[in-house]
Amino acid sequence: MALAAEAQERIRALVDRYEHRQSALLPALFVAQEAVGFLPPETLAEVASLLELPPSEVISVASFYRLFFLEPVGRHLILLCTNLACHLNGAEAIGRRLEERLGIGPGQTTPDGAFTLRESECLAACALAPMMMVDRERFGPLTAAGVDEILDRHRGR
Amino acid sequence: MGAESILLRFTEGEGAVDLETYRQAGGYEAARRALTTLAPDSVIDIVEQSGLRGKGGAGFPTGRKWKFIPKGAPVKYVVVNGDEAEPCTFKDHLLLERAPHLLVEGIVIASYAVGAQRAYVYVRREGYLARERLEAAVAAAEQAGFLGDRIFGTDFSLRVVVHTGAGAYIAGEESALLESLEGRRAMPRARPPFPAIAGLYGKPTVINNVETLCHVPAVIHLGPEAYSALGPPALFSVSGHVRRPGIYELPLGTRMRALIETAGGLRPGRRFKAAFPGGSSSAILTDAHLDVPMDYEPLKQAGSMLGSASLIVMDDSTCMVRTVARAVAFYKEESCGKCTPCREGTYWLSQVFKRILGGQGRLEDLELLAHISRGMKGGTCFCLLGDSVPPALEASLKHFRHEYEHHIRTGRCDVEEGVGVAVGVA
Repeated sequence: MALAAEAQERIRALVDRYEHRQSALLPALFVAQEAVGFLPPETLAEVASLLELPPSEVISVASFYRLFFLEPVGRHLILLCTNLACHLNGAEAIGRRLEERLGIGPGQTTPDGAFTLRESECLAACALAPMMMVDRERFGPLTAAGVDEILDRHRGR
Repeated sequence: MGAESILLRFTEGEGAVDLETYRQAGGYEAARRALTTLAPDSVIDIVEQSGLRGKGGAGFPTGRKWKFIPKGAPVKYVVVNGDEAEPCTFKDHLLLERAPHLLVEGIVIASYAVGAQRAYVYVRREGYLARERLEAAVAAAEQAGFLGDRIFGTDFSLRVVVHTGAGAYIAGEESALLESLEGRRAMPRARPPFPAIAGLYGKPTVINNVETLCHVPAVIHLGPEAYSALGPPALFSVSGHVRRPGIYELPLGTRMRALIETAGGLRPGRRFKAAFPGGSSSAILTDAHLDVPMDYEPLKQAGSMLGSASLIVMDDSTCMVRTVARAVAFYKEESCGKCTPCREGTYWLSQVFKRILGGQGRLEDLELLAHISRGMKGGTCFCLLGDSVPPALEASLKHFRHEYEHHIRTGRCDVEEGVGVAVGVA
């Protein structure tokens, strides 16, 4: 899928923010990812061409960072923190509840495309342990019932 | 927080998010004073005299770091590390979200001191609110003339760019952060040259943590002696098994026991078992250390470290084997794979833990864990990620060996509830 003119424009504008062109690569990949939903090879090639970078370099960078999606993801991304503060406060049980309710394991997407579930390292919100992020929002301290309610609220969106 | 709070007074309630609220609290007066009445060298001297040390984990004296920047260089940078992905460290997000102008003011003073005309703030991608608030603060400060050209009518100009990462703990390591800011994989650089000589785009660069720069306005405002007399103050991230996990501003040197009590103490009926005093890369301490002052030297003497001042408290319901296994899993996930001791060490430790927790452990595995751990130490890698694993692992093998042995013999946890010390239980 070719990037829309608006996304291309935003990527070109990013270059002006930095003294070196390649510094715009991470933000440019996010612009492309938001426009397409994920980063298929043709989108990576387009970003490479817009930033005048070798495609191999763009693919290398995109595959290094966790929040660039090289495969399609659900409409909502769940990041369940399982690092120490959350681990000590019952993240494992929250994870089991999520898996039960969604019918998928970590790293998978529900068949209806609503949710992708991922386990996450620390999200710097340890006073909320156990916590998770759904898209850009933080939730915690989580309980099993609370998890159900949060899923219901997002499912239709 | 009391009247003596220098940071959390800006984050109370809704915080000081907008420029007007921050200015009413005295905001930007320290920057004005520094830029209009002090020479850059005097600012550096004041910061050095204050005893301010880096709050990202390494604790390097801030003023001394600024002094490393060569004076004559035509282009220099200030880079702010707001990646904050150290397990159970969450102070910088609070500051970015509730007091973004405090950071902007710190950046103005630091940039003036070292002669940088451009500053980059690296905020991790998941800090959506932090980035939004910081970008708004930068725009408002530009509008008000606290950033941009000829700040406070002086001939000092500064532009601040907010940048985000894309999900990688290693990007918080300063040389990997520079790589990431330059649009590459976040993999650590060889040093020397150090960033002060050849950092961002090969130019002299100061890299400071968010909290560190948030202290700077108070250092200028109070003066080095009065600032230092407050402890000096620090933000402690307290998490785990306490009743009120959160960020607390207390003097360095506050005893671990008092910090736990400030965070509401343990939950009813629970007893203290152990704690990481300075995040997951610090050696685990036990109840024998409850009265150790939370400060650089005393924690070092106790065989651990202050790190990012993140106290992770564990009560008697904790299985140490599972907890240490989780910490090891973190480093395995986040190792960038560049250096063999870290890449292979974290992998093989994880395999051994998997075997022990899966009920197939052997008693020889304990020596194997210690052996792999030894191979990861001694600064043989480009960065300290691999070196961060052995302290907690080795402390757990020393203090809680019986729990490992119990797991290996029975395939189950050996959590003896009711053992340990009550701390701050009502």
